[in-house]
Amino acid sequence: MSSQYHDPANVNNPEHAEHHIVGPGTYIAIYVTLLVFTGITVGAAFIDLGVLNPIIAVGIACIKATIVILFFMHVIYQSKLIKMTVGAGFFTFLILLTMTLTDYISRAWGRW
Amino acid sequence: MDNTIVATHDTHAEEHHHSLPQLRHHFETEQQQREAGTFGMWLFLLTEIMFFGGLFFAYLLYRNWYNPAFVAASNQLSIPMGTVNTAILISSGFFMALGVWAAEVRKQGLLVLFLLLTTLFGCLFLGVKYFEYKEKWEKHHIPGANFDISEFVNPPLNPTTHKPIEEPLSPDMAKKTQVFFSLYFVMTGMHALHMIIGIVLLGWLTWRANRGEFTEGYVAPIENFGLYWHFVDIVWIFLFPLLYLINRHPGT
Amino acid sequence: MSATSSTIVNLPDQRTATLPKKNYINAEDGILSWLLTADHKRIGILYLITITFFFLIGGIFAGLIRLELLTPQPDLVASDTYNKLFTLHGIVMIFLFLVPSVPATLGNFLIPIMIGAKDLAFPKINLLSWYLAVIGGSFTLATMVLGGVDTGWTFTTPLSTHYLNTHVVTAGLGVFILGFSSIFTGLNIIVTVHRLRAPGMTWFRMPLFVWAHYAASIMMVLGTPVLAIAITLVALERTLHIGVFDPALGGDPLLFQHLFWFYSHPAVYIMILPGFGVISEVISTFSRKRVFGYTAVAFSSVAIAVFGFLVWEHHMFIMGVSNYSALVFSLLTMLVAVPSAIKIFNWSFTLQKGSITFETPMMYALAFIGLFTIGGLTGIFLGSLGMDVHLTETYFIVAHFHYVMVGGMLMAYLAGLHFWWPKMTGRMYPEAVSKLSAVVSFIGFNLTFMPQFILGYLGMPRRYHAYPAEFQVLNVLSTAGATVLGVGFLMPAIYLVWSLKYGKIAGNNPWQATGLEWQIQSPPLTENFVESPVIDYEAYDYEWLAHKTEQEVTTVG
Ligand SMILES: [Cu+2]
Repeated sequence: MSSQYHDPANVNNPEHAEHHIVGPGTYIAIYVTLLVFTGITVGAAFIDLGVLNPIIAVGIACIKATIVILFFMHVIYQSKLIKMTVGAGFFTFLILLTMTLTDYISRAWGRW
Repeated sequence: MDNTIVATHDTHAEEHHHSLPQLRHHFETEQQQREAGTFGMWLFLLTEIMFFGGLFFAYLLYRNWYNPAFVAASNQLSIPMGTVNTAILISSGFFMALGVWAAEVRKQGLLVLFLLLTTLFGCLFLGVKYFEYKEKWEKHHIPGANFDISEFVNPPLNPTTHKPIEEPLSPDMAKKTQVFFSLYFVMTGMHALHMIIGIVLLGWLTWRANRGEFTEGYVAPIENFGLYWHFVDIVWIFLFPLLYLINRHPGT
Repeated sequence: MSATSSTIVNLPDQRTATLPKKNYINAEDGILSWLLTADHKRIGILYLITITFFFLIGGIFAGLIRLELLTPQPDLVASDTYNKLFTLHGIVMIFLFLVPSVPATLGNFLIPIMIGAKDLAFPKINLLSWYLAVIGGSFTLATMVLGGVDTGWTFTTPLSTHYLNTHVVTAGLGVFILGFSSIFTGLNIIVTVHRLRAPGMTWFRMPLFVWAHYAASIMMVLGTPVLAIAITLVALERTLHIGVFDPALGGDPLLFQHLFWFYSHPAVYIMILPGFGVISEVISTFSRKRVFGYTAVAFSSVAIAVFGFLVWEHHMFIMGVSNYSALVFSLLTMLVAVPSAIKIFNWSFTLQKGSITFETPMMYALAFIGLFTIGGLTGIFLGSLGMDVHLTETYFIVAHFHYVMVGGMLMAYLAGLHFWWPKMTGRMYPEAVSKLSAVVSFIGFNLTFMPQFILGYLGMPRRYHAYPAEFQVLNVLSTAGATVLGVGFLMPAIYLVWSLKYGKIAGNNPWQATGLEWQIQSPPLTENFVESPVIDYEAYDYEWLAHKTEQEVTTVG
């Protein structure tokens, strides 16, 4: 009767994830990856790729940030709730970005 | 009905004999408390995303409006210093992550060591930042009444080719470098402020860790502080290419 | 049962009635036990006292504004003093009263009880958020003492950054701190709703009050930091001459507007959504019916939280934003009216064929429905591009947002305060005089702001302390109405305090309402429940309540 309402073991609960301890091995791998990507981003800045330069710079930064979020911040082992929360944060930032840009992009188009 | 109430009491009794002294009265289980803490910390980080988000949008806007000024001003920043600082900050985050692991496997000595290393690298980062700020001060690149645009209108000559090392800017565009430096100081300043707050907290956590508070199964403060510290790292991961690496191949 | 057909109040026998011996109010003694408390109910009471104080201050500013506008000539105050009056009226009423009003008092007090928890998830952070509110409030008071600020509550650049020598930074710091107070309240509510629901309290068994607070909290957490950064940049521009918004350096003042309204449009919903929650509870209880379309009302709260972030530019239509972008935002503004309309229609259908009784909370709630509908519909005028050009920056807009904020939110707040007063204090407010106050407020409110719609339509601009003589009749009406409204708001302040000592003992469930908070003693115990409740019924299930009451009688008898 009780389990029908209450789920003390949190089975099937999207807000719950088994606790997971990440070991130093994973952290070392992540650490080296981050340093390598830092090197790549500096190197890429010195090559003239035109419009691709900022895209690569931001793309690499996104990859690095994702790695940090997933492993250093353990999100990959967390519940769906936490994953959605992180997603919601970046999504709202994108709304701020795109909706404000609707003004700045079209301001130069002039009057109807 | 009665059964259900008894059932919840049973789970209570089960939890009781191995529950932590830090379990607050309004949580049923440690796990519930821990997950509530993590969730709360992430919600706080969402506010941080939006806080820095406003700055990143301002950057995006002005970088597109005043691209030549942003390129010239960005090239005033030192790539070696920026790169070294990025590596320092990543190392600091790495030790923080190891600290969380040490707390989870209940190794008090290691935890204190890793927290101290995290602090050390955090301070190193701020030290490098101090020298970068100092250089800007000496070159009158701090926005305000003393801001000097002469270096952007008449860039110094390259001693071998006798050509300007940088594309000269019109005085009007050169004034816009002030917008870049405004954003540079606000963004890196806000980031540094977060680091200073973090270092103060680290000192307090190290002191508590040294008393063995976090190696008896209660790791929430270390874990949640770790989230904050890594978030500060992430901000820098974006700041570095956006501020230092706008266009590093002049003349093309 | 002595209850007549016109009322459902179910008071205990007054000769033998007593308050429960142990409750959260007498659990500990001394002022420190209040100032250092972690009990969500006590913090709710602390907030109640704080915001009542600031409401009084904001009200005094409002009174001075209306007094100045009694005559066309500028005779009471100088023009810059007038600017300071309406600025401080706005800052105090919005950041120190409306934003924390329902969530931090009623929400703080009730949400844990409604979902069957012992407290909010982070009691100490809850206390911290009250202290931040007090500190932010002190900065605002300091601004007043030092000589005021006259930017308008919007801190518009470059006015606030370059042209004024008033205390912009002090006021901005106050708003910044108040923002973090609100963030912490919202964060606490979200985590509590996710992690502390009692066994059986599924998402769709939660009262709509909780849903509304959940949605408002999401907006607090995601919106407020953008205000914080905008205000920070204004303060840095004033103090360190950082040039992000300064047009002389190439900055764009409109960028400030974008960031400011990215928060401040959602802020409207941060203020009004908790009010919606109150209305759902009150309407259901006093029509003895489950809220019509529970799921639709619950999801419309969440929809408002999402759409609320997509419409901010409607505050900037005449400021030089791109026409194309304005078109997009105008259309999106029409969209955001839909979820609010869903709520209004569902409340109306709840009333239909219900056994309606007219207790004071219900009278306030009915006033809310009418006044908020007017406020919302005039909002559609302002959201449509062509009309906005004519009406914006006139008294039409002043009337519009006062219909939403005062006619809507304040009425909802008073409805909630009367509705849960017996639960918070254990005593009833005096019914007859409180009904009178509801009627007086309703009349006073309409008399104050209905003329302002006409004034605005005729073209009287806002924010001026002098106006052409032909507008005087309507302005006199408005000032007279403000006086009546003031009396209407002063009455509850007096009789509610009176009732603390002389009110009738309320008993556990004077309204025969179904919420979990009504199934425990009033005032509640420190940890709310004697044993962790198990919920096996839907929200607003009056049959369940009748069945339960019947069983209790048989057990006792
Ligand atoms: Cu709006």
